[in-house]
Amino acid sequence: MSIAVTTQLICFSILSLIIIIGSLGVVLLESIVYSAFLLGGVFMSVAGLYLLLNASFVAAAQVLVYVGAINVLILFAIMLVNKKEDLKPIKYLNSRKLISSTICITLLSLLVRVDLSNSWLIADPKLSIGEESTIRLGEHLFSDYLLPFEVASVLLLMAMIGAIVLARRDVLSEDISTGLPVDQELIEKSDKPLLIEKQ
Amino acid sequence: MTNGLDLEYSFNEALKSFGVPSEIAHIIWLPFPMLIVLVAAVVGVLVTVWLERKISAAAQQRIGPEYAGALGVLQPIADGLKLLVKEDIIPEKADSILFTAGPVLVLVPVILSWLIVPFGQNLLISNVGVGIFLWIALSSIQPIGLLMSGYASNNKYSLLGGLRAAAQSISYEIPLALSVLAIVMMTNSLSTVDIVNQQSGAGILSWNIWRQPIGFVIFWICALAECERLPFDLPEAEEELVAGYQTEYAGMKFALFYLGSYINLILSALLVSVLYLGGWGFPIPVETISNVLNIPLDTSFVQVITATLGIIMTILKAYLLVFIAILLRWTTPRVRIDQLLDLGWKFLLPISLANLLLTAGLKLALPRFFGG
Repeated sequence: MSIAVTTQLICFSILSLIIIIGSLGVVLLESIVYSAFLLGGVFMSVAGLYLLLNASFVAAAQVLVYVGAINVLILFAIMLVNKKEDLKPIKYLNSRKLISSTICITLLSLLVRVDLSNSWLIADPKLSIGEESTIRLGEHLFSDYLLPFEVASVLLLMAMIGAIVLARRDVLSEDISTGLPVDQELIEKSDKPLLIEKQ
Repeated sequence: MTNGLDLEYSFNEALKSFGVPSEIAHIIWLPFPMLIVLVAAVVGVLVTVWLERKISAAAQQRIGPEYAGALGVLQPIADGLKLLVKEDIIPEKADSILFTAGPVLVLVPVILSWLIVPFGQNLLISNVGVGIFLWIALSSIQPIGLLMSGYASNNKYSLLGGLRAAAQSISYEIPLALSVLAIVMMTNSLSTVDIVNQQSGAGILSWNIWRQPIGFVIFWICALAECERLPFDLPEAEEELVAGYQTEYAGMKFALFYLGSYINLILSALLVSVLYLGGWGFPIPVETISNVLNIPLDTSFVQVITATLGIIMTILKAYLLVFIAILLRWTTPRVRIDQLLDLGWKFLLPISLANLLLTAGLKLALPRFFGG
């Protein structure tokens, strides 16, 4: 075995170990902050796997989008609303756990089935495009994947408008979670101060 | 375009002549550029700290460091040694794992980003294809470290500082990436070496600063905000937050934050010089000079001279920008957090989008000047 292959094997095993243990930690740990930080670690290791597959652009995009944006926003949300409160005891906890574990195991077996029924051999390893991949990704996004690309952007726009509607509570006259009338409005108006009492 | 000095190739050839297989030679070579860049980064920090002390003293009509070495040049080393031997304190109620991991997560991405800084045609650690995009991706990891240390300190000032740092970093990353995108569009490549080569046609006249003046200003403002330098040093605003996320840190852990912020400043200055000021290029192209003097460029002696000139030019441009950053720090007041976010989202973001559109239009209209 050559040195390059050995290094790849070692890197692959370490990364997979981090991913498996990390994602178990994300699900099983009690502290939500630890879960969020571990999630960042899992995202980073997935980026490492992409690097091993010679997909450096996808790896960098993974770090930028998942670690730099999504994980930071999750942490941000957790730290802004980190209330220490005792959760109400949930009824039928054991049967709920049973149902969710059944669903997870079914999904896992589906994935294993896909894994076993496909042949993953690349026809010719020399055909791998490596550094060219950025150009090829762009070509695909603007030709045969144009419709999904545009639909995804419309979806993101909808999510953004939805978030703005939810955040600007003046649109709704009552609080959606409690049903009480909204007593303050947080809208910027040029002639009024930021926070005013409603009559 | 000549290839210039290629140390890796010469090193591998030399080892091969001793009968070492090329794979082993490659492995022996690997640590050298990393070590050199690490040492260069740390020495760069020492120089910058000294400059900061001297320039701030001049701005406030003081003398500044004077007794440690000539003109106080040894003062930063004394500072570093002091931090090294200080007691390492972890507050009792702090979360010790996250408290330790935070500073490491802040420093490591910054040092990794030096991977793509070119000092010459072949004088960089790795000419990776994703180049400048790697830096943008890596710099987005930093806020996680800041949030981590802010949270783990179990101190309200630290938490506020960490949250501010993350908010600031998210807001300014977008205009930064958009202004880099305009450059990438002109170059047709993400690689830093290609970006410099594209600017090397006519010396100082072909530098990107003339083609991307708006992008240059946006990038510089965003880089200052990402480095948390005044006027954007809200995360550690001492009058409001004691020292922000660094409040509980002492000794070497604090030194990691300190190192990280200064290495980041030098890195940003280097990248501004690579993206907008022609990188290692001399104001008059080296090819023109060699034609006038009638010296062939491919002799080894001339190659060493041009490589040295390239390194000197890169560092000179970077330190000019560092000087401007230091001068800005000691002469401008701090902005408020709402002003900071307004500037990022309501001003820089639309302008950088407009700049991108303008660049695309000019690229189609004048492909000769804006890269076809």
